[in-house]
Amino acid sequence: MFDSFVSRFNQKYRTIGFPKNQPHLPERFRGKPEWDPVACARAGSQCRACAEACPTDAISSTRPVLEMDLGRCLFCTECGSACPQKAIRMGRDHELSVRRRDALLLKGHDPVLEKAEALKREMLRVFGRSLKLRQVSAGGCNGCEVDINVLNTIVFDLGRFGIQFVASPRHADGIVITGPVTANMKLALQKTYDAVPTPKFVISVGACAISGGPFRDHPEVNNGAEGMFPIDLYIPGCPPHPITILDGLLRLIGRKK
Amino acid sequence: MTSSEPSVGRPIRNAEAVRLSEIPILTTDHWRQEILRATRYSAGKKEWRICALFALPKGGAFRLITVLANNREQSLTVFATDVRDRYPALTPDVPEAHLFEREIAEQFPIKPEGHPWLKPVRNASSTEYFKIEGDEIHEVGVGPVHAGIIEPGHFRFLCNGEDVFHLEIALGYQHRGIERALQGGPNKRTLSYMETLAGDTTIGHTLAYSLAVEGLSRLDVSPRAELIRGIALELERLANHTGDLGALAGDVGYLPTASFCGRLRGDFLNLSAQICGSRLGRGWLRPGGVLFDLPKDQTEGFLSKLKATFRDVKEAAQLLWHRPSVMARFENIGAISQQVCQELGIVGPAARACGLRNDIRHDFPSGIYRNARIHIPTRHSGDVFARAYIRWLEIQESTRFIEAALRSAVEAPISKPTTQAPLQSNSIVVSLVEGWRGEICHVALTDHLGAFARYKVIDASFHNWTGLALALRDQQISDFPLCNKSFNLSYCGYDL
Repeated sequence: MFDSFVSRFNQKYRTIGFPKNQPHLPERFRGKPEWDPVACARAGSQCRACAEACPTDAISSTRPVLEMDLGRCLFCTECGSACPQKAIRMGRDHELSVRRRDALLLKGHDPVLEKAEALKREMLRVFGRSLKLRQVSAGGCNGCEVDINVLNTIVFDLGRFGIQFVASPRHADGIVITGPVTANMKLALQKTYDAVPTPKFVISVGACAISGGPFRDHPEVNNGAEGMFPIDLYIPGCPPHPITILDGLLRLIGRKK
Repeated sequence: MTSSEPSVGRPIRNAEAVRLSEIPILTTDHWRQEILRATRYSAGKKEWRICALFALPKGGAFRLITVLANNREQSLTVFATDVRDRYPALTPDVPEAHLFEREIAEQFPIKPEGHPWLKPVRNASSTEYFKIEGDEIHEVGVGPVHAGIIEPGHFRFLCNGEDVFHLEIALGYQHRGIERALQGGPNKRTLSYMETLAGDTTIGHTLAYSLAVEGLSRLDVSPRAELIRGIALELERLANHTGDLGALAGDVGYLPTASFCGRLRGDFLNLSAQICGSRLGRGWLRPGGVLFDLPKDQTEGFLSKLKATFRDVKEAAQLLWHRPSVMARFENIGAISQQVCQELGIVGPAARACGLRNDIRHDFPSGIYRNARIHIPTRHSGDVFARAYIRWLEIQESTRFIEAALRSAVEAPISKPTTQAPLQSNSIVVSLVEGWRGEICHVALTDHLGAFARYKVIDASFHNWTGLALALRDQQISDFPLCNKSFNLSYCGYDL
């Protein structure tokens, strides 16, 4: 018995100060992609090296300006490696969540991501201080699940924001979807959504749930949850860093601006 | 060499490419006899086990490619037989073949005749289940959506009161068609598929793929890159084993270790992120080398973080072994015997918990493991405790390994892979990696142009899910979460 008290003391206080303090991210963290239009132009008007290297065709156009769909991006750095001018690289911005699908389309020289706004006033009154979520894993690779699960550890301590992942959709205010929505999971996902009482909302986490990810256009998948029901929050990544997911959830309930 | 060795197979080495024409094609009778003889369990011993068994369409017929492994003798062998639409199933005589044959029957119009249960492996719409009749028998169906942030699968318990007679595990909900999509590759998506076969085993699967491609294209990897790969693989093991110890503690209601290990698992993932930028090791390994090295001036800082994390894991783990209330829930729960373990072809920590000293890093070493030998711990009780304790022993060994590797300081640049070298045509390569769950086996077959005619992936989970089903027999249904966690198998790695 005594040793567990000693351990508790030794293991220290580990909860991070986020969102009050800036998160500690690794030096090589891969956040919002950045590009340098001047260097890009040097590659010539025919260059499509980045678009051709992208495994999910997230880069649709390179001329006259670069167009990139963050909802498809795997943050894999293949575009940067392929670029003859090293004009693209992964930046450090971890705040990637948006409320509309088209807000994930980055276009132009220095596109600004229209970061997620809070829920409307009435929804905020109901959910702002107590948010219960049901997570549904619908295909995918367990990577997003891993980094959502982490939010329940003492490091992120999701409970302090009044957010909790619950076991039953009947107890939930919304669902969090991961995975490209396989044909085999589509019905179960629909049933889970239907079982959540209204008003409710849907959060898509990861490239798979947003666009199908690496499995896009496979006959076995639905290219994500798009079109099945209205999506209220998109959190891109493969998988998104736990801080990115937490940032999105906090923005949704107006705890971070 | 032992008398049970299939004299007919083509012996191969891990990640060695051989011409398809070198694979002996046996008559189906002969093929079946050889497998039966090699995999026979007698007097507590079983020499060979099935690593891979799958069909390759060939004209109007099918070639059943068979890879057998003998860990003790450190031998791998491959042979095949041609069948049309049916053949006498192996399963009645070789239980470990049962899922392989179900998969063959699902993927192609081939019937393994005499197979007792030819239910599809990945078609979740199948509603046929085992049944037991009786007045007091009831069924409990759970999933595919579970009460937690975990992957989907359907579990059906046949119970008498609290006692489980049998558990049937029906998967396939994560099936997203990766094997089919890999055919004709490699292409620009191939690596993304490898990294997402099982997201928690990104390093294990990407390493198996890299070894396969390096075998087929005769690419050399620099010693420094091999060292970094070893560190990546062991960090993945450390993170997952630590997470599992915490989850096991949580499932018996011992919260101190559960919450300590939740944090510590993340600390190991952050060590991976320190080197490559991704907690799961995405974009780290590539055929030909690695994309990220640990800068020399960061080595000391990295080692001191590793040591501090290990120290805290040690403390969290020791709490478990010294807590009678925890041990009472771990010991004698979900035990499988060594015989069952061998007959089912169980791999990884679950097999080592039954006393089988099988580990790819030792038996079929590649890369850094050829020089830096790893100590393989075993336990003998085969229960939840053994599976938990094996993880703790492996955590110690992996930490020691990383420290020794970084101290050895291979002074050379990492090899940064550039363009894809062409793959040798009409060839086969078998690559094996000891992932944290156990054996990962990739088998790549190329066509006359050097593209993948078939790319077969066998995650450790493919062998081990049946082990979980058998561990639940005659247990209380309330012990399911604990037993499940003690195996912690992959759904997506199985569903593909």
